[in-house]
Amino acid sequence: MKIIVCAKQVPDTNEVKLDPKTGTLIREGIPSIINPDDRNALEEALRIKDKFENENERVEVVVLTMGPPQADVALREALAMGADRAILLCDRKFAGSDTWATAHAIAWTIDKIGGYDLVFCGRQAIDGDTAQVGPQVAEYLNLPQVTYVRRLDIERDGGTVTVERALEDGYEVIETRLPCLLTAVKELNVPRYPSMRGIFDAYGEKQVEVWSADDVGIDPSVIGLKASPTNVRRVFTPEPRGKGIMLEGSGKEAVQNLFAQLREKRIV
Amino acid sequence: MINVTNIESMNIADYKGVWVFAEQRAGRLENVVFELLGEGRRLADELGVELSAVLAGSNVGELCAPLISGGADRVYCVDVPALKTYTTEGYASVIADLVKSEKPEVFIIGATNIGRDLGPRMAAKLNTGLTADCTGLAIDPEQKILLQTRPAFGGNVMAMIVTTRHRPQMSTVRPGVMKKLLPDPSRKGTVETVAVDETALNIRTIVKDIVKSARKDVDLTEADVIVSGGRGLGNPEGFALIKELADTLGGVVGSSRAAVDAGWIAQAHQVGQTGKTVRPKLYVACGISGAIQHLAGMQNSKCIIAINKAESAPIFDTADYGIVGDLYKVIPLMIEEFRRIKEN
Repeated sequence: MKIIVCAKQVPDTNEVKLDPKTGTLIREGIPSIINPDDRNALEEALRIKDKFENENERVEVVVLTMGPPQADVALREALAMGADRAILLCDRKFAGSDTWATAHAIAWTIDKIGGYDLVFCGRQAIDGDTAQVGPQVAEYLNLPQVTYVRRLDIERDGGTVTVERALEDGYEVIETRLPCLLTAVKELNVPRYPSMRGIFDAYGEKQVEVWSADDVGIDPSVIGLKASPTNVRRVFTPEPRGKGIMLEGSGKEAVQNLFAQLREKRIV
Repeated sequence: MINVTNIESMNIADYKGVWVFAEQRAGRLENVVFELLGEGRRLADELGVELSAVLAGSNVGELCAPLISGGADRVYCVDVPALKTYTTEGYASVIADLVKSEKPEVFIIGATNIGRDLGPRMAAKLNTGLTADCTGLAIDPEQKILLQTRPAFGGNVMAMIVTTRHRPQMSTVRPGVMKKLLPDPSRKGTVETVAVDETALNIRTIVKDIVKSARKDVDLTEADVIVSGGRGLGNPEGFALIKELADTLGGVVGSSRAAVDAGWIAQAHQVGQTGKTVRPKLYVACGISGAIQHLAGMQNSKCIIAINKAESAPIFDTADYGIVGDLYKVIPLMIEEFRRIKEN
């Protein structure tokens, strides 16, 4: 069995700050992490590997990321967690790709890797929050998809996949068959930490393979800024809605004053 | 090998009209559909084109009338047993085929767990762009294209996205952001029944069961009053006080992302870019600093009260009323004062 996990290296956006003077992002010193939902996808793939290998079926977990050379760190971490193989899709030609172009690049690469039974992505990346690349990859690879997977059960012999798909007010139980594409939410599992041995291997015998667009043989008309259907026209900091009334003090009087004004405006 | 479609062959002048996806679950239209109709009506009027709703399901005929009174000129109704419950492949292929034949210029979908599954699959089928989780839509007055605004970089900045060379221009729209119209039962519209060959549908997923969570999730989007707590609470127990104020005011409890990330409260309570977008009559932000990603979710509230220890907290720039002080002292005073008012 072969599982391909799509993972993205992202800045830890909880810590992104804006420069109050220039309104631009302060990127310096912001740590990069494996996107949280992708880590859940990887963990689930590794659990399938642990379980099936206990039953004497070999499972290969391949982690694929598209990104700059620095994304090597994220892939080494994935190897340390237990992935067998790591591929970094890295080429300036991908720069400026939107989700459509990114999904093309990833789908072509998965097609090149070949022989897969399951493609596992995170629901969405915390830097873009789009949740689009997974379903788009599924379409290009002509795979059935289930997004928002919060529980997963794969029958080893028949290839039947039963998942719980999270909804706003509950969940659906969905059945499909391998090969398919799933996207993970954080409720799916608690990702493991790399072991010492794993870290040792990740920087020792295991390698990160770096592939260019040409290595994969991607049609250049579907990647990069030029191929992307969507373009960013401008980026801006939203206008604050305007400072209101700051009440004097914080005691009983301030609170009484507040409610007097709220009553006057018929808000309470 | 993956097919490469010649996307440059799209003639964008052929595409006319604004469409919304009329998402229904178990025969009930989602709230966001009416928000999409309100927004779609405005966009269609600005472009001088028709607004259509696309409804798919089984025995859903009676949902056409509310879609028309909600703002649609036309309803495309695909009513077949195979589409009774949502499946990605069933819905995406039927609706994408309809788009290919009718050629709308704009297609908006609610950013629900279903809309966010359908939208990208359809956009890939149609080889067009899709902008996720928009909080603002407008028409460029000169180019007549859709200006799609969404929070970016974890909600720290806003980005305006355009789809210039591809059609339809597709967006998913956050529930709770756009305004519904008042339903007008006298509105006239047409219903077009769309025929589908069910045997040609290649649906490879089977929905075995749909389970509603026993505990009803807090409904922030429908609440008139929301009292939210953030990192400034200092500990999870602080939410007991937040709840007491919310109960007193007849509201519900919200929270910032920081409080959810800290594990103090369930994600269902989260307001903001990655949580819910709300527009209550009254929003009380307690111990919330006011990151842009939080503001993105609550700045359209009618009245905002902020309580924070730090006078420099950005939340005060968005609040109608601000109190600088210790929330553990201010909130009990508020509870007391409101009870006193109610008794008189």
